[in-house]
Parts: sequence; structure tokens; C-alpha cells
Amino acid sequence: MTNLKIQQISIFLENIEGRINDVTTTLAKNQINMLAFSMAETAEFAILRLIVDDVEGARKALADAGFAVTLSEVLCIQCANHAGTLAKIIAYLSENKVYIKYMYAFSQGELANVVIKPSDRSRCIELLQNMDCSFLNLQK
Amino acid sequence: MSRDERRELQSSRLRKLVDYVYHNTPFYRNKMQAMNLLPSDIKDIDDIVKLPFTTKQDLRDTYPYGMFAAPIRDIVRLHASTGTTGKPTVVGYTRQDLAVWQEAIARVITAAGGARQDIISVGYGYGLFTGGLGFHYGVEHMGATVIPTSTGNSEKHVRLLRDFGITGLAVTPSYALYLSEVMDKMGIDPASLQLRFANLGGEPWSPQMRKDIEQKLHLKAYNCYGLSEIVGPGVAYECEEQNGSHFNEDHFYPEILCPDTLQPVPAGDTGELVITTLTKTGMPLLRYRTKDITSLDYAPCPCGRTNVRLNAILGRSDDMLIIRGINVYPSQVESVILDMPEFEPHYLLIVDRVGILDSLEVQVEVRSEYYSDELSTILALKKKLSDRLKSVLSIKAAVKLVEPNSIERTAGKSKRVIDKRELK
Repeated sequence: MTNLKIQQISIFLENIEGRINDVTTTLAKNQINMLAFSMAETAEFAILRLIVDDVEGARKALADAGFAVTLSEVLCIQCANHAGTLAKIIAYLSENKVYIKYMYAFSQGELANVVIKPSDRSRCIELLQNMDCSFLNLQK
Repeated sequence: MSRDERRELQSSRLRKLVDYVYHNTPFYRNKMQAMNLLPSDIKDIDDIVKLPFTTKQDLRDTYPYGMFAAPIRDIVRLHASTGTTGKPTVVGYTRQDLAVWQEAIARVITAAGGARQDIISVGYGYGLFTGGLGFHYGVEHMGATVIPTSTGNSEKHVRLLRDFGITGLAVTPSYALYLSEVMDKMGIDPASLQLRFANLGGEPWSPQMRKDIEQKLHLKAYNCYGLSEIVGPGVAYECEEQNGSHFNEDHFYPEILCPDTLQPVPAGDTGELVITTLTKTGMPLLRYRTKDITSLDYAPCPCGRTNVRLNAILGRSDDMLIIRGINVYPSQVESVILDMPEFEPHYLLIVDRVGILDSLEVQVEVRSEYYSDELSTILALKKKLSDRLKSVLSIKAAVKLVEPNSIERTAGKSKRVIDKRELK
């Protein structure tokens, strides 16, 4: 059974000038490539969420550099890249009482990849397997 | 009363007090017995140096009623001031104690030029704190008109100052300045009000602040010194000379001691203020160490009062801070943080005064296991700490979450407080 869950790295950053630069420089130095990311910020701090190619490498490099790193599991849904596809999926989940805590996405040509953290991950996987969409396994 | 007559009075009261606490406060009896000291060894006021001390920790250790000399059925009021998580400092008053307190406050107000026809707004906090109710009953006792405004709702307070023709104000010095700003914003000219005097206390304030307050509010501002363990406000008060606060030393006897040796310093020298309550019957205290560093002025005052004057408080011999008139100990913050597994046991307090009111920021580091990918979780954590701090400190502190290892760890005593305020 393919592992559908994706390991996401989240970093707590204080709102200090140049802090994001410190993150990208650290990753670059360690040859880590970011596949997707998003940031949730307040006036005082931000949570930077990353999907990278080498999770353990990134986690270690960032932790060694003194960053507050956590790992969490998210899902990445892959569906057709045209209007209405996501709406259908979210409506279906919603009807079945599965909600979205946060999401971010990137599209490439025919495909759209949506990283989501659902309120109930196993139920979400179950439901979406009934629909016409697949999960993207971005990592090995 | 001449100083000699007063000495006689103080000596007689001290003898009665020591006998009373020896028989009614186990804490003092035990201490005196351990020192082989009997009430009969205390013959006059100078023998006070033979008596044991009392500290704030003693009050915490005997929480809640361990220092009371009178049984609960004779205690008619309790007040409490800030303490550590779950351990405030409790003070109990008998009817007699309340009578002394009212009289003390009446002296405070009279010295500021107040009288029966005055209308006085008490803007100290009403409730467990001694400030509000303490002043309140003093005003009534004098026969003046009391308005129990308490703290908060400044615009309403300003409107009352105008509509009720209030002539006297009892608030903290920084709140007095704050009210003048509020008046400005509301377009009310302080010169159009009836304010004539203010009794300000609860925090140290400088001569420059006095000038500012008097100029902005068009009144005369007088210092009122007090602490809840002794009684509340009313321990010492300024007269029209505004040059030192006359000690109500017939009821509260002051000593200035070297904080290290605990020996009396020569008259007029600086040291730690230690106070003995000569007439309290509810919770009398012997030689209570206030940790305030100051000096006494025995020179005769032009106002005619012969009670010794307390000079300005220069600092503390401990780490207590006064923020918006509330006593805050870094150890209180520490007790809250150590009690929460979500945070590392390191913190930094930043105290500042932007504009008129003091601010407190508590910087903490979240423990790695508690970091989250969800914003709401981190915000909830911040709020949890903020709520707990508010409940223990009684003031609102801003919480700032900082990255791991941002707070300095040192081998020796860590610098936990950065106080950016300068008394201008």
C-alpha cells in the first residue's frame, strides 16, 4: 500500500528582518530543494510550512542551524487543473464532515497539486479514494 | 505632640504590642522563645532592636491566616495583594484596625488641604487591593464626599470630575498623567475643573512627574506612602511643604536598617525601611522588612507636624517591580512558566513606559515538542500563558514567543529583567 501521507516541515520564525533569508540559505547550503511551501504570519511571528525532497536532511540541517522545526503529516491531492475541480472535492469532503485546517497549492500544466491538512486524515483518504482524484506522493 | 511625648506613647504601645503578639501569634512566640526573649525584656521603644523580623516570605509561608493574632470572628475585613501562583499575601483587620486606618487616611487628606466640604474621587482599584477601600473609608470618616470611581473607564472618570465638581483625586501618579491625556482627547480643559489636590501613591514618582501632574491638572499633588502588609495606603503622607512624607509613627513605627547587617543606621542615613505596627490587633507585624531603600528626616517641618518624614524611596533591596502601581516579582512570572510544560524554563521581562502607562512584556521559548504547524495552536498557547499571567500578576502582560535559545542562559544568576523606564 503506497504511503499517501507527506511529511511537512514547519518552522516557527520570529518577525526579524532577514529571517526567511536564513532559512533559504541554510537549505541551499545543504542542497535541499523545496517542492512547495506556504507561510502563515502574524505581526510577531510566522509559521513556514515546507514540502522538501529530502525531509530528514532538511530537518537536521535546520535544527542544527538553531531553527524551531516540527514535522507533521499532510496529504497532497492531485487533480485536473481546471475550474471547479477543487470545489467538487471540498464540497464532497464537507458533506461528509471532513474539513480543511489549511491548504496551499501549485499547478503545473494539466495537473493541480493541493496540499491539505484535513480535520480527519484517515477519513479524508477513505473518502477521496471514492472520487476521481489521486494522491501525489512527492517523497520517496 | 513633641517627640519626647511621642516616644513615651510609642514605648507604651510597643510593650502592649509585644505582650499581645507573644500570647496571640504563635509565629512570634516561637521566634521569641527561640531567642530567649520575653515581653518583659521590652521596656521602651529602643528595645525594638531586640525583636525578631518579619518578611514577605513569612507571610506566604503562613498563608492564609497564620499571622493573625485575633480569631476570625473578630476579623471584619480581609484584603489580599499579589503573591505567587496560589499564594497571595493576606491581611486581616479588626474593627479597631479599620478605625486606625480611617484616621490615618483622614490625616493624609487633611495634609493635602482636604476637608468636609471636599468631593473626592477614589481612583485606586476597589476589591482585594487595599488602595480603593482604604481611601474610601478614610474620606467618609472625614465627612467629605467620596466617589468610588475605582480604576478603568477613564472617559467616564473625566466626565464625573467635571459633572460632580470633584475637588480631590486619589490615584497613582501615572494614572493622574493618563487622565490628563484623556481630558486632552476629550477636549476638556483641566483648568475648567474644580480639582484642587491629589493624593498620589502606589509607585515611586519623581519631582519632574510632580511638576507635570500639577501643571497639567491644575492641582497640588501630594505623596501617600503605604503597603498592604502594614495597613494599605496611609502609612506616610506629604504636607503642604511637599518635602518628605510624615510617618504616622504613633501607629506605624519606622526604622532604617542596613540591609546586610540589619543594624540601625545613624539618623538620616539611607538603608532598608522596617516597620512595626504598634496598634494593629488583627494581624500585627513586628519589624516588617519592606525592602524599600530610603532614609528618614528628623528635622522639624515648617508645617508644625513633629512626626518624622520619609524621604523618597530610592530603590528596592529585592527584585520587585512596580508596574502600573501593582507589585510584580519576577519569581511570580517564573512560577507560572515553570508550571507550564509547553515552555522552556527561561524568560525575559521587558518593562517599559511608552507614553504614560507602564508596559510589561514576557518573552518565552516554546519547548520543541509543543511547536505546531497550525497557527491557531501557537496562538492558543500564547493566550494560555497570557491568561495565567493576568490571573497571578493582576496586570495584563504582553507575551512574546521567541525562537529557541534566544534567551540568554548564564552560569550564574541570569539577568531576567530589562527595565527601560527612567524616572524622568
